[in-house]
Amino acid sequence: MKNWTRRESVALGVGAASALALGAGRARAEIPTADVASPNFPIESGAKLTVLRPSKFVLGDEVLWLENAKKFAEATGVEVDTDFESWTDLTPKAAVAASIGSGPDIICGWGHISHQYPDAVIPLDDLAGYLGAKYGGWWPMAEKYGQQGGKWISMPIGASGGRVVYRKSWVEEAGFDTVPTDTEGFLDLCRKLKANGHPPGLALGNAEGDGNAWTSWLVWSHGGAMVDEVDRVIINSPETVEALKYGKALYETFIQGTESWLDASNNKAFLAGQLGLTQNGISIYYAAKTSEDPAMQALAEDIFHARMPIGPVDITTERSLTVNAMVMKYTEYPNAAMAFLQFMMEAEQYDPWLNACIGYWNHPLQAYDASKVWTDDPKHDAYKHVLKDALWDGYSGSLGEASSAVLADFVMVEMVASVCTGRSTPEEAAAEAQRRAERYYGKA
Amino acid sequence: MATTADQPAVRLPAPSQSWLARALDHKPTLILLCLTPALGLLIVFLSFPLIFGIYLAFTDTRLGRPGEFVGLENYASLFADRTFWTAVWWTCFYTVFATVLKFGLGLWLALLLNHKLPMKSLIRAIILVPWIVPTVLSAIAFWWIYDPQFSIISYVLVDVLGWRETYINFLGDPWNARWSLIAANVWRGIPFVAICLLAGLQTISPSLYEAAMLDGATPWQRFWHITMPMLMPILAVVLAFSVIFTFTDFQLIYAITRGGPANSTHLMATLAFQRAVNGAQLGEGSAIAVAMIPFLVCATFVAYFALARRKWQQGGSDD
Repeated sequence: MKNWTRRESVALGVGAASALALGAGRARAEIPTADVASPNFPIESGAKLTVLRPSKFVLGDEVLWLENAKKFAEATGVEVDTDFESWTDLTPKAAVAASIGSGPDIICGWGHISHQYPDAVIPLDDLAGYLGAKYGGWWPMAEKYGQQGGKWISMPIGASGGRVVYRKSWVEEAGFDTVPTDTEGFLDLCRKLKANGHPPGLALGNAEGDGNAWTSWLVWSHGGAMVDEVDRVIINSPETVEALKYGKALYETFIQGTESWLDASNNKAFLAGQLGLTQNGISIYYAAKTSEDPAMQALAEDIFHARMPIGPVDITTERSLTVNAMVMKYTEYPNAAMAFLQFMMEAEQYDPWLNACIGYWNHPLQAYDASKVWTDDPKHDAYKHVLKDALWDGYSGSLGEASSAVLADFVMVEMVASVCTGRSTPEEAAAEAQRRAERYYGKA
Repeated sequence: MATTADQPAVRLPAPSQSWLARALDHKPTLILLCLTPALGLLIVFLSFPLIFGIYLAFTDTRLGRPGEFVGLENYASLFADRTFWTAVWWTCFYTVFATVLKFGLGLWLALLLNHKLPMKSLIRAIILVPWIVPTVLSAIAFWWIYDPQFSIISYVLVDVLGWRETYINFLGDPWNARWSLIAANVWRGIPFVAICLLAGLQTISPSLYEAAMLDGATPWQRFWHITMPMLMPILAVVLAFSVIFTFTDFQLIYAITRGGPANSTHLMATLAFQRAVNGAQLGEGSAIAVAMIPFLVCATFVAYFALARRKWQQGGSDD
């Protein structure tokens, strides 16, 4: 983990240039805002802040984040140190901090984390209420992740969406104009991609982002769910078994090694030209597009994005990987922390950040639909509304300790992986997932 | 003139001593004082976490929320948990195979290093490198070596030598992943064993070997009847430590496979972490961790008492 200080952030140099060239430095579109009185957060004397957040997958994310933090320090005198933590270690670190009551003042963790220990955070109703009123309201999924019992326990700052990332030329070679929008057509495409030597690949390791994203989509798209509306565990269902059979068929088209893939693995394989299709955020396209290597730029031309196909349930069933900021109860500087979050979410800072990320982190506030990032490049479009129509972790029940724990314990991923690797039949895997989930939710 | 012997004995007043000086002159107090820092450290950092962990194992404590006493409920759940039993089995398998390989190769390396070699000190220092490199660093190196798409081993076998047509799925197949992890553990653990055994070898008197050679003993006989018995005491200690280190391994597995594929390489330690910290179930995680204790105690006792029998080494009976 790198502990960046403001001074170090200035030296990010060369990489920053390419990120800025992507849009952060250009004139921003006018973000529509309402005239709303700003809440007053009188900053504590001698305040300084430590922020823990996920490590970057696109350089512009880190560069603009640090620039904005620096601007905040210059404006308020509050020094901000940001720790960029690897995705898989973020949850344990946040959990330990919440448990022992010591650690970063602000934790930007996965959306479900704050629901795991709601008593360890400071409510953010004033701040979230102000931002929602000023910026056209929060997307439904942002409210779902940020609130518990109608109170804002954390505040979404962005969300990454898992979309189909594919090589257009190889998809066309397989006889398709684009990625089919139904699961059967999708399986057909994957089989043909494999037959042509350009296999797809989706992560089956304990990957916080990619693994949870596609296995959740798989089960939800076939009508399965971990729990019902009243949090009764229902994963051991005929729908789940059908989903697992489909998943096994899909897995048979994969490039080898996906069983051990973590979040960065498909990025590496795709950029190395070994993958015809995967599910990912926009980071693969970003890496190719910002590379100075002509081969990478040619690859970027061939990379396209599509929504994940719709299964028998006939609705989109994608998951969003939401990042929620929590102001921890143990912080000595709660006002400084809230002032910092407000500053980062205001259009002057947020829009350049969104542009520098080219939408890798999607906006939770509706007004940012007007951002230029969504019109600059049509290839960004598939990622535009991650928080508008995604399903939530713990669908179709409530977000809470149990849904967070089930996700963090990779119950869904392990269920799919055990079938794909042949360790279990679909029926056995669904029964085992039911047993595990009932440890967290309790038996009906 | 009177001699001093004739004078009545004069009792000189004792130099006035502070209470501190008197306390330090009092042997039991001094012992207690000297022991206090070490005892304090042991109690705070060893006994307390251990006892607290055992207590947690009988509760349903979750991260950030106190729990209630649930008796053996955590263990009842683990008893029916296939992943837990896989982890138990794999932890034992991992410990046995990795330890046997580490001792076989470590002893072999120690015997080689015990011979007269040019630049012996330098070679010994180099041998230690795998052990002194932080585990996470070597684990990340192995993660790349075992990468399904970018493995250097696969690259050499497929693209350079042409001996295979496809890359090896080191970490995707359960058994490949297990053997890959054992190999990484052995690579890392050999130096510790080799250097410890080398120290033991150097304490063996050359005169024993000279006498044996005069009696016409073969190299194998010298090894079996002199080296091995003389090495047993240190072998027992090193084996006990090695078993403990291997059984409680965490970093290698966490950095290379995170327990995958499909939970097939979770050691008890990584599964305990997964359940306690990621899954926030401190009670169940503690129960898994506590379940390691009997295995560790048994393994250590077997390793120690089976090998550290002085009488046998000196020609006595093994009673």
